[in-house]
Amino acid sequence: MPDFLMNALLAGLALAVVAGPLGSFVVWRRMAYFGDTLSHAALLGLALGLLLEVNPTLAVTFGCLLLAVLLVSLQNRLTLASDTLLGILAPTTLALGLVLLSFMSEVRIDLMGYLFGDLLAVSRNDLLWIIGGSLLVLLALVALWRPLLAITVHEELARVEGLPVNALRMALMLLIAIVIAVAMKIVGVLLITSLLIIPAAAAQRHARTPEQMAVAASLIGLLAVCGGLALSWFQDTPAGPSIVVCAAGGFALSLALPRKSA
Amino acid sequence: MSAALIKLDNVSVKFAGERVLQEVQLQVHAGEIVTLIGPNGAGKTTLVRCVLGLLKPDTGSVWSQAKLRIGYMPQKLQVDATLPLSVLRFLRLVPGVNRHSASSALAEVGAERLIDSPLQSISGGELQRVLLARALLRNPQLLVLDEPVQGVDVAGQAELYRLITTLRDRHGCGVLMVSHDLHLVMSATDQVICLNRHVCCSGHPEQVSGDPAFVELFGMDARSLAIYQHHHDHSHDLHGAVTGSNGHVHGVNCKHA
Repeated sequence: MPDFLMNALLAGLALAVVAGPLGSFVVWRRMAYFGDTLSHAALLGLALGLLLEVNPTLAVTFGCLLLAVLLVSLQNRLTLASDTLLGILAPTTLALGLVLLSFMSEVRIDLMGYLFGDLLAVSRNDLLWIIGGSLLVLLALVALWRPLLAITVHEELARVEGLPVNALRMALMLLIAIVIAVAMKIVGVLLITSLLIIPAAAAQRHARTPEQMAVAASLIGLLAVCGGLALSWFQDTPAGPSIVVCAAGGFALSLALPRKSA
Repeated sequence: MSAALIKLDNVSVKFAGERVLQEVQLQVHAGEIVTLIGPNGAGKTTLVRCVLGLLKPDTGSVWSQAKLRIGYMPQKLQVDATLPLSVLRFLRLVPGVNRHSASSALAEVGAERLIDSPLQSISGGELQRVLLARALLRNPQLLVLDEPVQGVDVAGQAELYRLITTLRDRHGCGVLMVSHDLHLVMSATDQVICLNRHVCCSGHPEQVSGDPAFVELFGMDARSLAIYQHHHDHSHDLHGAVTGSNGHVHGVNCKHA
């Protein structure tokens, strides 16, 4: 197997493993649109990173976090509904990122790669970032699993029982921001949320416990990465979109399978 | 009387410049059931949120016993349908709970058989019991129940109130509950606080139900409550039409023929 394909496979698999449990929280907490907005902000973070010459992964994580903080503080101040606010912030940050990039004529970047991912161009260095980031997020999720589940079920009840609800919410946003920064190279900003949501949604119908759903989502994600890469390799299709198409196929299959009777 | 578990002094809360609570005093002692009643928008839930520490009052103080363990039963619980959660798993969100302790807490509230049911599949009344079990698992000194009988039929309501009294007797905890149904709650409470942004009146149930402020607030309901009897001067046939030879006499406020 050529090196670049090996790198692509390992990067995709690392992302799929962490996207399972994290995507489950996105589904349970109805944060799909929020994740979408964060990933649009990723492009702005990238542009700023290039402008200030800092590591792109860190810049993207920071950009996402900035947006999350902005969103929460606007939510508390304005009377606009969250989805309206997200509908303003998502395209604005994406557009701002594109405008900023156009000013930097001396920087040549592959815009399509950032929008739709360029998995086959993952370098060894990228791979280390992706595996490191995924591992960090996975460990944090395992450590915070029960408190995160508790605030997902009922925030006030969790607060009365002594959990630091705001810190936990912030932590979850941070984890999503890290995964977006890491996944940008793989599926691109426009397709990131699909990798979080589709495997979790496919796992949901057949899971009996939250943990089953998280693990099953990871497995479906792993299959989608393998299938997408195979498609890309044999049919010369773009890798990122092929992975998403495979995940969607998995979702369709989960609808067709009969549900286990409870 | 035993020491107070929680003491609110002159608590006032404003939302967007409008006064929602005004100089409210409240104490709950161990082994005592205190019921907050009042119309919609009277600030009952706001007051409960102050007690729980979820809301900081604009003026006044909230004091609670050091390391007070509160068991809280929220007004409603809506778990997203996509989250596969059994009753047992829900109870185990409280640290240190295992199957054994969860099942004995469920037994206390009469809901043992639900232990492996998905949380989203149980009825409103069953969910109230499961929430009560979760509050008990914290081994609480103070139980705070926000409309514990919401969505439960009348027979079930009386049963739940009896259950709450039993739990108070068994655990010796203080209970603070919110209600806006007047009829059933009266027999199950030591102290009633009638709230309408300020404390209109408070005291033992019999005392309160005769209080002019209470009668004014609840109008006709208050009178029927004080006696708590339901008189029919007529009977109905299968179709609901009024039958009987004595003739049906309408009350003074009755507009229909």
